[in-house]
Amino acid sequence: MRSDRAPLWLRIAAGGGLLFLHLPILLIFVYAFTTEERTYQWPPPGLTLHWFGAAWNRPDIWAALGLSVKVASISTVIALVLGTLCAAAVSRSRFFGREVISLLVILPIALPGIITGISLRSAFSLAEIPFSFWTIVLGHATFCVVVVYNNAVARFRRVSGNLVEASMDLGANAFQTFRFVILPNIATALLAGGMLAFALSFDEVIVTTFTAGQQQTLPIWMLEELVRPRQRPVTNVVAMVVVIVTFLPILGAYYLTRGTDTVAGSGK
Amino acid sequence: MTAAGRISDILWRNPRLLLVLLITPPALWLGIIYLGALFALLAQSFFSIDEFSGLIRYEWTLKTYGDLLRPANFDIIRRTVVMAALVTVASAIIAFPIAYFAARYARGRWKAVFYLGIMLPLWSSYLVKVYSWKLILAKEGILSWAFETLHLTWLLEGYLAIPLVGGNSLSVSPTGTFIVFVYVWLPFMILPIQAALERVPASMVEAAGDLGATPAQTFRTVLLPLALPGVIAGSIFTFSLTLGDYIIPQIIGTSARFIGLAVYQYQGTAGNIPLAAAFAIVPIVIMGLYLWWAKRQGAFDAL
Repeated sequence: MRSDRAPLWLRIAAGGGLLFLHLPILLIFVYAFTTEERTYQWPPPGLTLHWFGAAWNRPDIWAALGLSVKVASISTVIALVLGTLCAAAVSRSRFFGREVISLLVILPIALPGIITGISLRSAFSLAEIPFSFWTIVLGHATFCVVVVYNNAVARFRRVSGNLVEASMDLGANAFQTFRFVILPNIATALLAGGMLAFALSFDEVIVTTFTAGQQQTLPIWMLEELVRPRQRPVTNVVAMVVVIVTFLPILGAYYLTRGTDTVAGSGK
Repeated sequence: MTAAGRISDILWRNPRLLLVLLITPPALWLGIIYLGALFALLAQSFFSIDEFSGLIRYEWTLKTYGDLLRPANFDIIRRTVVMAALVTVASAIIAFPIAYFAARYARGRWKAVFYLGIMLPLWSSYLVKVYSWKLILAKEGILSWAFETLHLTWLLEGYLAIPLVGGNSLSVSPTGTFIVFVYVWLPFMILPIQAALERVPASMVEAAGDLGATPAQTFRTVLLPLALPGVIAGSIFTFSLTLGDYIIPQIIGTSARFIGLAVYQYQGTAGNIPLAAAFAIVPIVIMGLYLWWAKRQGAFDAL
């Protein structure tokens, strides 16, 4: 007889593993409401909404958030363009150096972030480029390309070349074919890739510490608070908001690519 | 004929030209910015720092690499590699049941639960995850509270008194660093193992059972060899990520340094970019050797 029920120990180990992955994140949600200011005391002595107001009125948080959103938006746009071009080239033909290109795209995320960071840092120092908004974007866009590429390349493989030929036969030029045939076919994959790229950039801290100089993105703001805690309750609130903000694009990307052969996100 | 039409015709007749147009922007971006930066890093590691003036001397030398072998620096490398190996083994052990359940038993709604259950922690903010462990492991935090409620405080204190793994509290002990590393990289281990296990037909496991193998034998002789490429692929992630991380040991753990932290401090306050660059080459070399070994073990043939 074929048994389709997992043995008890396996169910416990798997369920326990999932709990291990999720409980710490849920704990943040409790701490955002604690009345305790100085320590990480558990259980919280009382609950309050006070810190949400306190966080709301902090100009430094808003400035960091603004910079993060700006960096993530521009990096996502650059990654969308470069990733789509690269995916189109790699999926439509075999050519000399094709493997090199796919390796090159994956490398920034395969090597530890600190390598990318210190590389860019030493390149900026050798070329005497001062830190600016654009040095952050340069780093972020580089490792965001792979996310868009992974999503786009999977979709391009499923878009049949016949569609393109049919469109050309019916008199559409290349731009019309792209606009009316290719784009609608790959749109959801690009949207999912773009959302993931945004989430990746919004959260990035390792490369950013090397390319930001004195500027503060939201993750750098958090890092400073972690290393030298000044106002713990406000940090708790920011942490909770960051969790919620990053979950939305992940869920969105999942629902956009559900049911296709490769689901978005598996290639972080 | 319009200009757009003419361009279309040219592109249609010359697929090579279209290919070049498509590939040039991303190739230039990655080639110049990324590879360029990597070469800049490599070049810096062959410079050295003048010990009196603190300025970088732009002459080719291997002196900086020699500095890596000094006991203090070599200790950092050894500590990091040991930690990376332990983290990899622990993640593989915790990841396997999750991956196996998700691949073999989860169906329908549970499949989605497991998928999102692995994907959400993978993608949620790295700093927030580290921060949550600072809350958990703190002396006044939830873990100490749990031990106290269960009247097991003596157990925790006894463990913390052990040299090498213990410390003042879990959040300043090497054990704390280890737990957080395992937690943060765990999803990177689950996904490849799950992918490998999904390709193992359930009938194979049943056949092993029919032929009289005990569950332990089935696991050792059938499942594990077939899942090994996935484990190795996952270990590449956990190993490489631990080698390069500099934030976790800085926030949770003793002040003992890891490669990432050394790179960060040498390039920052110390201003010794050549030594930082040489340190950064170490994970690349270790990963290169590791990948070469994995390839020899046939990990990539089976993928």
